[in-house]
Amino acid sequence: MSEQLTTVDGRPLKAALASAERTKRIRAVLLVMPLFIFIFFSFLYPIALMLYRSVENPLIAQHMPETVAVLENWDGKDIPGEEAFAALAKDLVAARETREIGKVATRLNFETPGLRSVITGSARSAGKWEPPYKEKFLDRRKEWGELATWATIKRLSPTITSVNYLAAVDRQFNVDGEVVMVGEDYRIYVDLFMRTMWMSVVVTVSCLILGFPIAYMLASLPLRHSNLLMILVLLPFWTSLLVRTTSWIVLLQTQGVLNDLMVWVGIIDNAQRIQLIFNAQGTVIAMTQILLPFMVLPLYSVMKTIPPSYLRAAESLGAHRFLAFWRIYVPNTLPGVGAGCLLVFILAIGYYITPALVGGQDGQMISNMIAFHMQKSLNWGLAAALGGILLVGVIMLYWLYNKLVGIDRLKLG
Amino acid sequence: MIARKRAAHRVTGMAQGGMTENNDPLVRFESVQKSYDGETLVVKDLNLDVARGEFLTMLGPSGSGKTTCLMMLAGFEPATHGEIYLDNSPINNVPPHKRGIGMVFQNYALFPHMSVAENLAFPLEVRKTPKSEIEQRVTKALDMVQLGSFGNRRPAQLSGGQQQRVAVARALVFDPVLVLMDEPLGALDKQLREQMQYEIKHIHENLGVTVVYVTHDQSEALTMSNRVAVFNDGVIQQLAPPDELYERPQNAFVAQFIGENNTLVGDIKEADGDNVTVDVNGSIIKALNVNTGGVGSKTTLSIRPERVAVNPSNEGDYQNVFKATVEELIYLGDHIRTRASVCGDDEFVVKIANASALAAIKEGTEVTFGWKAEDCRALDA
Repeated sequence: MSEQLTTVDGRPLKAALASAERTKRIRAVLLVMPLFIFIFFSFLYPIALMLYRSVENPLIAQHMPETVAVLENWDGKDIPGEEAFAALAKDLVAARETREIGKVATRLNFETPGLRSVITGSARSAGKWEPPYKEKFLDRRKEWGELATWATIKRLSPTITSVNYLAAVDRQFNVDGEVVMVGEDYRIYVDLFMRTMWMSVVVTVSCLILGFPIAYMLASLPLRHSNLLMILVLLPFWTSLLVRTTSWIVLLQTQGVLNDLMVWVGIIDNAQRIQLIFNAQGTVIAMTQILLPFMVLPLYSVMKTIPPSYLRAAESLGAHRFLAFWRIYVPNTLPGVGAGCLLVFILAIGYYITPALVGGQDGQMISNMIAFHMQKSLNWGLAAALGGILLVGVIMLYWLYNKLVGIDRLKLG
Repeated sequence: MIARKRAAHRVTGMAQGGMTENNDPLVRFESVQKSYDGETLVVKDLNLDVARGEFLTMLGPSGSGKTTCLMMLAGFEPATHGEIYLDNSPINNVPPHKRGIGMVFQNYALFPHMSVAENLAFPLEVRKTPKSEIEQRVTKALDMVQLGSFGNRRPAQLSGGQQQRVAVARALVFDPVLVLMDEPLGALDKQLREQMQYEIKHIHENLGVTVVYVTHDQSEALTMSNRVAVFNDGVIQQLAPPDELYERPQNAFVAQFIGENNTLVGDIKEADGDNVTVDVNGSIIKALNVNTGGVGSKTTLSIRPERVAVNPSNEGDYQNVFKATVEELIYLGDHIRTRASVCGDDEFVVKIANASALAAIKEGTEVTFGWKAEDCRALDA
């Protein structure tokens, strides 16, 4: 039987506890509030905005309202009739007057390359035309006689669209509204995602191979020496990222220090200097160096907590040093290995400045393409979709890590 | 507790396990020296034999070199000079994993990513023991420490005492001839520690394994050991069975370190064979000459509190009888710890049994203390 517990004066115990703890709770909320507000406005809100931008599509609906309305009932089997062309002419003229025609043309051009000049050209002429419009449009640009053009406009008429995400994985709707691969020459994003993943994996593995022994040294050396080593590990942190990246150019370029050295030693001929930078290889080398501390620190923080007596115990029980290290030490470092790999991989997959500087042609990563769409092509929707896919990938990694190791065992230092 | 009868001094009784009698020591330290920095010696010229089947404890304050000795024996620290023999063969160049010595660590050093059974199986696996035999021996070892049903648990799910038992079982599961224990009970609370002392002692007696045990806790050393080596400053101060260590300390350090002890410092006036006469702040005390520099030298007199008679009815039995003033009484249940000033020393402690007529004694009263010359040992200053 469960009898309700009460305080001496008869109040329910739960209520008494709640009121006694109230000040503590209020204080906790107040302490956390500034951080929460900051995170909301500087992190959650922008990300939500970005994700929304990847699916929002107001341009066509806003600036071609008549055409959109007419096309609503279009079956997509034949070229639409005069009614549609009349609406199109009205929309184009109106858009030209409000100087929004450029945006509309650009948006349609993202979807079907070549449509920009069709739109802007037709809009220029349409002001002088009298009905019927159909012939004149078809005379002006033959594209108006193609189903694809009208399908593109119809597809972009809803205010919420998936075209950005499809474009981000090299897919599009065909005339019949089916999802198909884009033309051979336009397939870049899937390959780029794959290359980004692959390069991130290589960087992560390189960091692990280089970082594990350093972290082990750090954790096992006497404090005096390990402090010095720690400074050496952290030194790159205190140097500008730009300086470090450019110093790799100095070292690795064809007329650089490393090539000069190899020629001087005689490993390679002067005529066969190796291209070490401005390609994927250079990006991997520079990123490994830059991200190494993010591997070393979590590893170190885990290794520091492993008592040296574990290895001694294993040895006293009859295991050779290496066996003891492999069977006893390494498994206990796994939370650190997981944390380090997760951290480095996530940082690598979205890395921008190093591939931009030393990546050359084949060392570019997805972030460089996102930047391109943000700054050059101004296709923010696609940039947001690419970023959104990246975000989902990272969240999935976290989920996987949580499943395999447990996020509560994550130790970052 | 210390005066407990110790019937188990059967160092040779270990042959009962069916082993052939072998009187060679199992472990021999031969003029071993150890220095970490090349400037100071942590262990100074250590010579020590450990007999087969013996439970030998290295006892000493921290920094006395006892753990270093254990680490050298286990193979984790190289000896700077000298040789260590195991079973008559030198082991200085034998790596730890080939020494076949079981070891129990201070923090147990159980592998956290393995279950209890996997921990126990580890030494057998690395020895390539057949699987069926591993299972059998693991079960047997777990039963030995009364943890039969805990094989599938992780070490973190066990209490400190249970972890300790697993550590002991793991050190024994591969049948080593020698087991080293480095303050294995240090992390346990007092009650559990005492219980574990008996368990380890019984395991030792049942298995006949040789144990070298390191501790700074003297009651632990006295409870379990066949012999105790008292370390201080890198040197063995005295190596003796527990009772001898307590009753007949050879120097002032051992007398102070083992059990409670009253010390009086004075000058030797006369020496006549085993007997000396010592002047302590003007009082003349007759004492047993154990370890002194002869007439004229300074000496430390050591008298155990329980060897002092308070207000003795037969003063004639005691060579030393002095007036004392009670300074402080501390009630401890079974006895009353009485601090008094006698012979110019106000830190003199005696124990008065609670049941005795003296229990009603008050602070500030004058009493008579009497002790025999043979219970008053004249040691080095």
